[in-house]
Amino acid sequence: MAGEARPGVGTAPERRSPWSLNNPRVRAVVYQVALVAAVVLAVWYLAANTAHNLEVRKIASGFGFLEREAGFEIGESPFISYGAADKYKTALTVGLLNTFRVALIGVVLATLIGTVIGLARLSHNWLITKIASGYIEAIRNVPLLVQLFFWYAIISENLPGPRDAVNPLPNLYLSNRGIAFPVFASHPVHAWLGVALLAGIALSWLLARWASARQARTGQPFPVFSAGAALILGLPFVVFLVAGAPTTLNRPELSGFNYTGGGVLTPEFAALLAGLTLYTAAFIAEIVRAGVLAVDRGQFEAGAALGLRPRRAMHLVILPQALRVIVPPLTSQFLNLTKNSSLAVAIGYPDLVSIANTTMNQTGQAIEGIAIIMAVYLTISLSISAIMNWYNKTIALKGAAR
Amino acid sequence: MSPARPAFRSSPVRWLRENLFYNVPSAIVTLLLAYVAWSALAPFIEWAFVNAIWQAPDSKGCREAKGIGACWAMITEKHRFILFGTYPFEQHWRPGLCILLLLALYVVSAMRRFWRPALALVWLAGLALIGVLMWGGIFGLAYVENERWGGLMLTLLLATFGIAFAFPLSILLALGRRSDMPAVRILSVGYIELIRGVPLISLLFMASVMLPLFLPEGVSVNKLLRAQIAIVLFAAAYLAEVVRGGLQAVPQGQYEAADAMGLSYWRKTLLIVLPQALRVAIPPLVNTFIGLFKDTSLVVIIGLFDLLTSIKVALGEPAWNGFGVEAYIFASLVYFTFCYAMSQYSQNLERELARGKAHYLREN
Repeated sequence: MAGEARPGVGTAPERRSPWSLNNPRVRAVVYQVALVAAVVLAVWYLAANTAHNLEVRKIASGFGFLEREAGFEIGESPFISYGAADKYKTALTVGLLNTFRVALIGVVLATLIGTVIGLARLSHNWLITKIASGYIEAIRNVPLLVQLFFWYAIISENLPGPRDAVNPLPNLYLSNRGIAFPVFASHPVHAWLGVALLAGIALSWLLARWASARQARTGQPFPVFSAGAALILGLPFVVFLVAGAPTTLNRPELSGFNYTGGGVLTPEFAALLAGLTLYTAAFIAEIVRAGVLAVDRGQFEAGAALGLRPRRAMHLVILPQALRVIVPPLTSQFLNLTKNSSLAVAIGYPDLVSIANTTMNQTGQAIEGIAIIMAVYLTISLSISAIMNWYNKTIALKGAAR
Repeated sequence: MSPARPAFRSSPVRWLRENLFYNVPSAIVTLLLAYVAWSALAPFIEWAFVNAIWQAPDSKGCREAKGIGACWAMITEKHRFILFGTYPFEQHWRPGLCILLLLALYVVSAMRRFWRPALALVWLAGLALIGVLMWGGIFGLAYVENERWGGLMLTLLLATFGIAFAFPLSILLALGRRSDMPAVRILSVGYIELIRGVPLISLLFMASVMLPLFLPEGVSVNKLLRAQIAIVLFAAAYLAEVVRGGLQAVPQGQYEAADAMGLSYWRKTLLIVLPQALRVAIPPLVNTFIGLFKDTSLVVIIGLFDLLTSIKVALGEPAWNGFGVEAYIFASLVYFTFCYAMSQYSQNLERELARGKAHYLREN
């Protein structure tokens, strides 16, 4: 057989009938039609079964249930007010906001901690390196869920009740009801601080554009980083001073069985945040380390040979190359953290999955509930990927791509 | 950083000066860090070992020592339950034997000299034997329905079967993603991205509440199998991406050489491409296995009786209520043992394969 086919690998299709199954193109079409037909049939079969089963069980499909009264309380809803009389729609929104809350804070903290530990692993100091790698190995080889249970057990079982709360810093109370901390009393200047921060960011962006245009024109560098930092931090500070520096604190006070006033992190939120942050930080540390190691040592020396000072060499030569290696896996860690926040359901933090789960149990609308969960996570995943692909393109090697 | 010369390596003083006290700031950092580490470690050692309660038939001794010493007695008392779940007590030797069998299979598969097609047969025989031992019903073994399987045994089973079934599926998906046929490619990409975009927990929910709706009336699949299916589908998508990485590492010339020899697609794939691709992909595959092994712990959320669930149930008993920290440290140690072994293995293998390649390049 192989002997027959050999002489005419290139010419054979022309000699044969165009509709023969030996024609690779025809074969490809046949395979694909068969595959698509099989998939469509399978989906149709499952859908038909589902429709029949729903009919037998008298479950109405559709998203009409979202308008009905939820009838369950949610432990924490820091952004919008919610009560048991509200609709399922509102309950799910609360869940979504809670997911975003823990994911956003988690991403920021995990990046900070991960970077520090990743750099620590590269230290010359044997002790620092060992502590960092011990941390990474211990955290990476234990399931996140076990770690979440562990943190939750520490907070809810081993911390004392609110009456004898641990008080490591003034006005900071750790108890089995959560972590109570002071916050600034609300003051009209807070809105202006936000405006000043945005203005600072916008101004430093303009400044960076002007500085790079001037450097291209005249070769004169401008300390954009320090000036930008001064603008972003300084403007809000000036506004703060002008408003008379209002530093009134809302302190947590023990009243009855819990703390009121100030801010509070519930045990669920604190355990979830600690678990997610420390877990993801271990992975980010490895990514940062790999990124720094990926930059050739010669690059630093080349920068020095060009007369760049170490800081500028770091900024202009090393970081851009390291970031190119770091950003793609870092993105997938951010996504992992967001997806892992769904483990909240196991310790009772009311995130999207947990509330959708309650909703499914109450209404029996399993398909809709899971569709909502999947749609939300897919949207988050795909949008973060899209943003990161765009960012990757902007930092990719110039010249190679164009 | 600078490579130490062998002559100096023997001197501990020199080692200290190079690694801990090479200048004044580093010495300060070292001492400070050593102090902080010790002041955290010393109370822990006291709690976990010196003052710990290792044996207590009821939890009274533990309650008295709470806050001073760890209560490992809970683990000692409940170890059979944690290992085997609700499997009939007098039959515990069966899952025990299965755990040993699985460990033997893992060790054999890890040795490169056994990497040959016959290994697949060994696995088939091993898994069949495990099935017989666990279910029983023949050879005079009492039948045990799989609702009663549990503990560490179930964790190992979920992970092993999950990987064993997901792996072939993932190879098909990876090949599909690199296929020239648009329909095949789109379906593979769609599947992989869909699964990787959602959390495992949503797939487990789907398997536990939606799968019964998908099946014709009267057909029911038990809970364990449903969770296993979800894990397989999930694992396949992640493994597919690793296999794809391996496929991409095979040089284009190899594909062309296979084409030039007139090999059909499947012969080219099976004889030329996959052996090279999988060899490259083994270390990242092992890393993915670690992730999947850890992820099996999520079945606690849908109420399957794995290692973590057994521990939680044991904690739920009034006697042992409140010893969560000890229990979860124990769970962490068990998971750590398996995952750390796998990760060390994967790193060694990576080094060995790299060395082999360098050797090959030098010789040729």
